[in-house]
Amino acid sequence: MTDAAPNPNGAVGGGLAARNAAEAVRRSLKRRYAAERRFRMYGILAVAFAVCMLGLLFTTIVSKAVPAFTQTMINLEVTLHAQDIDPQGTRDRETLATANYRSIVRRAVFDLFPDVTSRRDKRALFDMISPGAVFAVRDLVLANPMLIGERVTVRVPMSDDIDQLNKGAIRKDVPEAERRVKDKQIAWFERLENRGAIETVFNSTFFTAGDSREPELAGIRGAAMGSFFTMLVTLLVSFPLAVAAAIYLEEFAPVNKWTQTIEVNINNLAAVPSIVFGLLGLAVFINFLGMPRSAPVVGGLVLALMTLPTIIIAARSALKSVPPSIREAAYGLGASPLQVIAHHVLPLAMPGILTGTIIGMAQALGETAPLLMIGMVAFIVDVPHGALDPATVLPVQIYLWADSPERAFVERTSAAICVLLGFLILMNVSAVLLRKRFERKW
Amino acid sequence: MFRKSLAVAAVAGMALSLANAAEARDQIRIVGSSTVFPFSTAVAEQFGKTTKFKTPVVESTGSGGGLKLFCAGIGAQHPDMTNASRRIKKSEVENCAKNGVTDIVEVKVGYDGIVLANSKVSAQMKLTRKQLYLALAKDIPAGEGKLIPNPHKTWKDVDASLPDIKIEVLGPPPTSGTRDAFAELALEGGCKSFGWIKAMKKQDKKKYKAICHSIREDGAYVEAGENDVLIVRKLEANPKAFGVFGYSFLDQNADKIQGSLIDGKSPTFEAIADGSYPVSRPLFFYVKKAHVGSIPGMKEYVAEFTSEKAFGPDGYLADKGLIPMGDKERNKFREDGAQLRNNIDL
Repeated sequence: MTDAAPNPNGAVGGGLAARNAAEAVRRSLKRRYAAERRFRMYGILAVAFAVCMLGLLFTTIVSKAVPAFTQTMINLEVTLHAQDIDPQGTRDRETLATANYRSIVRRAVFDLFPDVTSRRDKRALFDMISPGAVFAVRDLVLANPMLIGERVTVRVPMSDDIDQLNKGAIRKDVPEAERRVKDKQIAWFERLENRGAIETVFNSTFFTAGDSREPELAGIRGAAMGSFFTMLVTLLVSFPLAVAAAIYLEEFAPVNKWTQTIEVNINNLAAVPSIVFGLLGLAVFINFLGMPRSAPVVGGLVLALMTLPTIIIAARSALKSVPPSIREAAYGLGASPLQVIAHHVLPLAMPGILTGTIIGMAQALGETAPLLMIGMVAFIVDVPHGALDPATVLPVQIYLWADSPERAFVERTSAAICVLLGFLILMNVSAVLLRKRFERKW
Repeated sequence: MFRKSLAVAAVAGMALSLANAAEARDQIRIVGSSTVFPFSTAVAEQFGKTTKFKTPVVESTGSGGGLKLFCAGIGAQHPDMTNASRRIKKSEVENCAKNGVTDIVEVKVGYDGIVLANSKVSAQMKLTRKQLYLALAKDIPAGEGKLIPNPHKTWKDVDASLPDIKIEVLGPPPTSGTRDAFAELALEGGCKSFGWIKAMKKQDKKKYKAICHSIREDGAYVEAGENDVLIVRKLEANPKAFGVFGYSFLDQNADKIQGSLIDGKSPTFEAIADGSYPVSRPLFFYVKKAHVGSIPGMKEYVAEFTSEKAFGPDGYLADKGLIPMGDKERNKFREDGAQLRNNIDL
């Protein structure tokens, strides 16, 4: 068909219509391109918005967390007189552990400023040192009783208020009554700085200690170990159960009312609020089975129940995506149903199952609500050594610190969030890598 | 296959070792009030570090929740002590007795002041409890025996001497003990100043409580969650707003916020300690006597809590924001704790 010249055979109308249609298309083309560009723009805007929010979240958390990784310390010259620690000279551990190190540290602190004499001032001066100093000296003596009688230099943490002053979080220019560090203490601190007794070091306590009410002594290790044991129990319980359930439902179960009901229920369970699992855990594991409160084993079991549906759903779709030709080929070669699944289908579905498991575990790692019911929202100083020791987990630790009045806990809260985010990123990255490496496309 | 049998073995092993764990416990377990939690944990930590006993595990469950767990029975699966930001109720003592928990030692540890505070940028507020009631109650009296929904929009509406700013108070939700205490001490205090409402207390206690303790829900009082740190941050951002929280948060943030004067008294350490600041409440913990002896360290923990270096005027708990009791009261409760005196008398 041509629209260059009018057609003499009476097909004028047809040619005109075609021309008009082409014209209409050409005219609308611009609008359609614009619509498409707009649509793309919306997508880009949505992604940019999400990236901005994420960036904002990360920068605020990380910038707030940075000060938590350093700690202000003081080098204190301590004289370990034998008559204070071990007058009988027995070097008995019990005697060494219970000696009055407080007075030893006090004397060392007062020796820094012999001109401080009044009771009130002495108290203010001693308050500048963390209560942890006393335990640091004790641990030193316990580790090396040969030091008794010597004069040693010990590096001990300063109190959280002085630490905040040193980091600039407590400002010197506000009136004295409105800050927790008094003018005198600032003057002493500056004198100590001039003498070179003050050092700002990497805060290793944060990674090696359990929780504490003194921010300078508080650490994330207790919560991290608690999270580790809880996740271990969750994995050991939920993974085999979920895989077994998924295999049965996908490969063996007949399609009838019962299996359909089960399927609907599994999907429902995945959407049940997590606190409900906590109530269940309290009723079944603690009240009925008599398991201990605050133990990672109970936390792990509760979180396993919570993760089960997630893993089952992921595992089923992974099994479903293995092409029937694999099964048929195996059957054709005479493999039994068990052999078909164990030797062929399951290995091929494994990357998908593992991805689902890791995502489910990452979800469980960030959960606090169900743990409230089973006593894991608690103040626990000792670092747990097993799944039966009382423990708390990372997100609970964040919650507890965020709720503490001491100013120095603000930065530690952010630091703990960083640690938790680090674990989550690690888990999600490994899920992506597993998929990339082992997934097969048909 | 191998992995699965390993998992089964691990679960079985855990189940076996659980049986042992449930029987013996060598660690004190404490539950209860979130207000007492910072003090209780400080004592627990000190106790764990300075004695041969393990550090007690302290859970923050709220006063009511703590007493419920505490009263559930005797045995290693039940907590040994509970913290409370109010006294134990008669019904709770009865519930305890029903479950065999009959000997309970009450130890009062000190006081906590509840403050109304705003940002330092704004002027300090001077209020009476009556003004506070008229600003925050759900219904307020309009003449003898009549109630109307609270019409006050600004503080100036409440009293001409107050500034012309919108009433906006951030405070804890109804589940919080702090809110109960605030309603009881501050609002009821103002509510009682109306003669006819006070007279109602004897006739219809329920209605009296409903009038005096109900906080308005039209947006003037904003429930800001249990997190007091969050309220402090919001006050910094919004200089016109006021916040309700415990004294220790004011103490820690004195460079950013200021406490309002209530009935002419500023919420200072001294005014709360001597009882002249009207909105303060006592804090307690309760000890289950039947567990002393089977759980190691309970007596020593009580001794640590009631020692001068802990709950005394210069003790480490005062640094954490606890307001100490007078000498006489401290001696009484130290004595009661040491003797494990069954001292509940309601």
